[in-house]
Amino acid sequence: MTPPATTAPSSAAPVPTDLDPTDPDPTALGDTAGVWEEVCHLDDLPRERGAAALVDGVQVALFRTHDDTVHALQQYDPYCGAHVLSRGIVGTRGDVPTVASPMYKQVFDLRTGACLDPVGREPVHLATYPVVVRDGVVLVGREPRHGSGPS
Amino acid sequence: MAMEPRGKAPHHLVVVGGGMVARRLVDALRARDGEGRWAVTLLCEERRAPYDRVALTSYFTGRDPEDLALGGQEIWDDPLVTIRRGVAATAIDRAARTVTTSDGRTLGYDSLVLATGSYAAVPPVPGHDLRGAFVYRTIDDVADLRSYVESLRGELDRPLRGAVVGGGLLGLEAAGALRALDVDATVVEFAPRLMPLQVDDGGGEALRRLIEGLGVSVRTGTATARLTDHLGRVARMHFADGPALDVDVVIFAVGVRPRDELARGAGLEVGERGGVVVDDACRTRDPAVWAIGEVACIGGRCLGLVSPGYAMAEVVADRLLGGEGTFPGADLSTKLKLLGVDVASFGDAFAQEPGALEVVVSDPVAGVYKKLVMSDDAKTLRGGILVGDASAYAALRPMVGRELGGDPVAHLLPEGATPAPTGDLPDDAAVCSCNNVSAGAIRCAVTEGGCTDLAGVKACTKAGTSCGSCLPLVKRLVTTELEKSGVAVSNALCEHFDLSRAQLFDVVRVQGLTSFSEIIAGHGRGRGCDICKPVIGSVLASLGTGHILDGERATLQDTNDHVMANLQKDGSYSVVPRIPGGEITPEGLLVIGQVAKDFGLYTKITGGQRIDLFGARIDQVPAIWKRLVDAGFESGHAYGKSLRTVKSCVGSTWCRFGVQDSVGLAIDLELRYRGLRSPHKLKLGVSGCARECAEARGKDVGVIATDNGWNLYVGGNGGFTPRHARLLAEDLDTETLVRTIDRFLMLYIRTADRLQRTAAWVEDYEGGLDAIRAVVLEDSLGIAGDLDAAMAAHVGSYEDEWAATLADPEKLRRFASFVNAPDEPDPSLAYVGERGQARPATPEEREGGAVLIAGTTLEVRP
Ligand SMILES: Cc1cc2nc3c(=O)[nH]c(=O)nc-3n(C[C@H](O)[C@H](O)[C@H](O)COP(=O)(O)OP(=O)(O)OC[C@H]3O[C@@H](n4cnc5c(N)ncnc54)[C@H](O)[C@@H]3O)c2cc1C
Ligand code: SF4
Ligand code: FES
Repeated sequence: MTPPATTAPSSAAPVPTDLDPTDPDPTALGDTAGVWEEVCHLDDLPRERGAAALVDGVQVALFRTHDDTVHALQQYDPYCGAHVLSRGIVGTRGDVPTVASPMYKQVFDLRTGACLDPVGREPVHLATYPVVVRDGVVLVGREPRHGSGPS
Repeated sequence: MAMEPRGKAPHHLVVVGGGMVARRLVDALRARDGEGRWAVTLLCEERRAPYDRVALTSYFTGRDPEDLALGGQEIWDDPLVTIRRGVAATAIDRAARTVTTSDGRTLGYDSLVLATGSYAAVPPVPGHDLRGAFVYRTIDDVADLRSYVESLRGELDRPLRGAVVGGGLLGLEAAGALRALDVDATVVEFAPRLMPLQVDDGGGEALRRLIEGLGVSVRTGTATARLTDHLGRVARMHFADGPALDVDVVIFAVGVRPRDELARGAGLEVGERGGVVVDDACRTRDPAVWAIGEVACIGGRCLGLVSPGYAMAEVVADRLLGGEGTFPGADLSTKLKLLGVDVASFGDAFAQEPGALEVVVSDPVAGVYKKLVMSDDAKTLRGGILVGDASAYAALRPMVGRELGGDPVAHLLPEGATPAPTGDLPDDAAVCSCNNVSAGAIRCAVTEGGCTDLAGVKACTKAGTSCGSCLPLVKRLVTTELEKSGVAVSNALCEHFDLSRAQLFDVVRVQGLTSFSEIIAGHGRGRGCDICKPVIGSVLASLGTGHILDGERATLQDTNDHVMANLQKDGSYSVVPRIPGGEITPEGLLVIGQVAKDFGLYTKITGGQRIDLFGARIDQVPAIWKRLVDAGFESGHAYGKSLRTVKSCVGSTWCRFGVQDSVGLAIDLELRYRGLRSPHKLKLGVSGCARECAEARGKDVGVIATDNGWNLYVGGNGGFTPRHARLLAEDLDTETLVRTIDRFLMLYIRTADRLQRTAAWVEDYEGGLDAIRAVVLEDSLGIAGDLDAAMAAHVGSYEDEWAATLADPEKLRRFASFVNAPDEPDPSLAYVGERGQARPATPEEREGGAVLIAGTTLEVRP
């Protein structure tokens, strides 16, 4: 099992444009089954906590914040090499929704995957996945966006 | 790290005498000599590295000799420092510049420092060398005293009686030692009052009353004539007049004599009353030979306190490196706590300068005597004596020679009645006399040195690191300076709360808040983070407001508390059932073994006397617990900032030496405090006798059995900064013991900082261990009833977190491995076999495909 690749802040990868999580109707993209995966009901996700999911066989961490927005990041924690990020504490830094790794407490932006506090190590940013919630069903895009630093 | 000397070899400094002052010299030299110009050899006649002689008496309150060690021991690993323990210098050849040592070697020197200190004087009274007569100077002296008393106690079936000859500083220290050994003590002083060198008649009288109140008899104006024996052991003390005294042990504490024999032998000048004569650079007439500390005769006299010795050590370190430092003159101010009684004298305490005015406040009932010596216009402070309450000492001593401002009497009123005059303390005022640190240096450490707290300032300036009497003042200076420089002295927990953990605890407790949303809406901002959420989770749990996974509360928990297991490096968890006191039945062992086998878990015995089962996937944890709970086990809270274990030795039920049932007490304590959430983990220990096999003094709360009950120690821990627990109370019966621990733990839970272990909390607590003792034993704050009720509520509302979780399908949903594939194991887990068990595969092993077990899938029964 290879973890999703992560990139350093310098190599801000181009964001795939064909996937727009704000699109009200992802099925409009046509190939629903190929691009999006139905993962669970919104109610299956506890508020202000994470949960792990398998998307296309890859481990993804889902987070539901207090305003019911759902974010998806890679589950693989590059700082410890284990698949644990969904088990971190969800919170905020300023206005930014965050998760802190349960292992060594690095803090990441839930929206962009940017590492906000590398706890004395080199910042490594996480891949994010597009998410939409439609009729109470959570859909996650199969194509990760590679992480980049805070803008 | 010291740089290697470049080019030529370093000069060789030989220091004779491994005392406190010698240690300071080595520290000061190594701190400043970055280029490695000097290599140092330290000759120590005693068998140990320099130790804290000033704290010698604490040897009797349960401290080990190692606790008396001075500062970090890394200094002895410095390649430029050689310490020779148990080796004395026997002669100096100044012409050849060599020293001969007791192990028959000869050492060359470029510079030689004599720091040989003093020996305890023994008056030539007949019988002074009988068995049972001691002096009081070294660790060996006090160890001999203790073993003599202990063996005598075994022989004689009656209370032991002791006498101390000498009623000065040392004599009262020695009387304290006798009391700590449970020996009746009489202090015999030739002068008409106690501590004749430090206090005047009024002070001496107050001191006498206080000390007699503690059960120590005092005979002043009394000359000891001789000691007589019974079978070679001291038995009776006779005086010039008055009745004789029956005694089992006698301590001579009549003063010290400088150990100047080496200097005499080498033809160096000695003072009229002994001591190696030096100039104000601490140099003898031989420019290669120096003398510092008690052995030095400087300005015509030897100084029997440690702080002038430290000042001399600094001067010599400076001079050896080419500086021009001179001895600033002796500050003979002292503040002591003798037998728990505060005594301080400073400046011109006896009003010897002409035209001095004395201002005296004396309260015989409260046992307080305070005197200030002022200039004739009553404006400038010249000195003073404080007996019974010396809290004003730290603030007053630096003001000697300065205008006090206001009515001098105001400065003598009890602490808190007047604001202490610290704000306007001049920069050059010496705040820490032990380490010669001025108010300016402390301010500078904050403004320029970047220190942001007391600990930082202590480390950077050394202020407050010796006798500690200046700490209140140092602390106030640091706080004032931080406030001034705009570095808001912030206790804020994190960006979401401006309150400290202790403040938050009070707010939540007093307002009866029960949810995070309520708390952050009322007292914080944002949605919290990994710092404040677990703190609030812990506070709510400490206040007994329900299960940690109930509703919103589950969002506050760190993964360990959330999964109620311990996260390991590969993302799997470990599981620890409670084994109270480390006592387990064979049936219990079989259950744990079978569970481990069925789930393929790696097992290891922990330091807390229980069994840790490793390698459980998150989705397996409930099934594992189901088996354990069904067999009668409950959560061990190994994952929580909460009570972990109460470790015990086997105690009197089996052990030949045990005097109390340590296992029984440990089990009772563990069942009482199980599940108690706290600012950090809590560990307890109980030993069945003084041999201490349970290592209870390495615990937050340690209990050691005595013939009469239990001794209670607090504030110990292992880990990164190991600490020995300190004695809180002695010979408690079980009920008092439990009540005292209840209060200690509750006070800690209410007032400690986030992640502050008890050791650091005790140190930080205003007034330290003494203040905590007053709260828990004497109810000095009037909160004891409240603390008792809080603990009773905890004990009454305990439920096993794991049993409760297994009974609640909603809580169990959190253990799904994947929300869309709840039974699919984490495919990334990989294990290899080692010594017959599984362990996580290393990255190399994964790559090499050597992985034997994919996931802990050995289970045969779910
Ligand atoms: C019980 C007690 C309580 C005290 N309380 C206080 C207090 O509260 N405040 C205060 O300021 N002072 C106090 N003092 C005094 C203080 O301890 C001394 O002033 C201080 O220890 C002096 O330090 P020093 O290094 O000069 O000598 P020491 O500490 O005496 O050290 C000298 C060392 O040199 C060794 N030595 C001697 N000759 C040789 C040789 N030829 N070769 C090798 N080694 C040799 C000795 O064995 C000794 O270990 C107290 C003393 C005692 C005993
Ligand atoms: S501490 Fe005492 S009672 Fe306990 S095992 Fe050791 S010797 Fe026995
Ligand atoms: S005055 Fe003794 S440590 Fe400061």
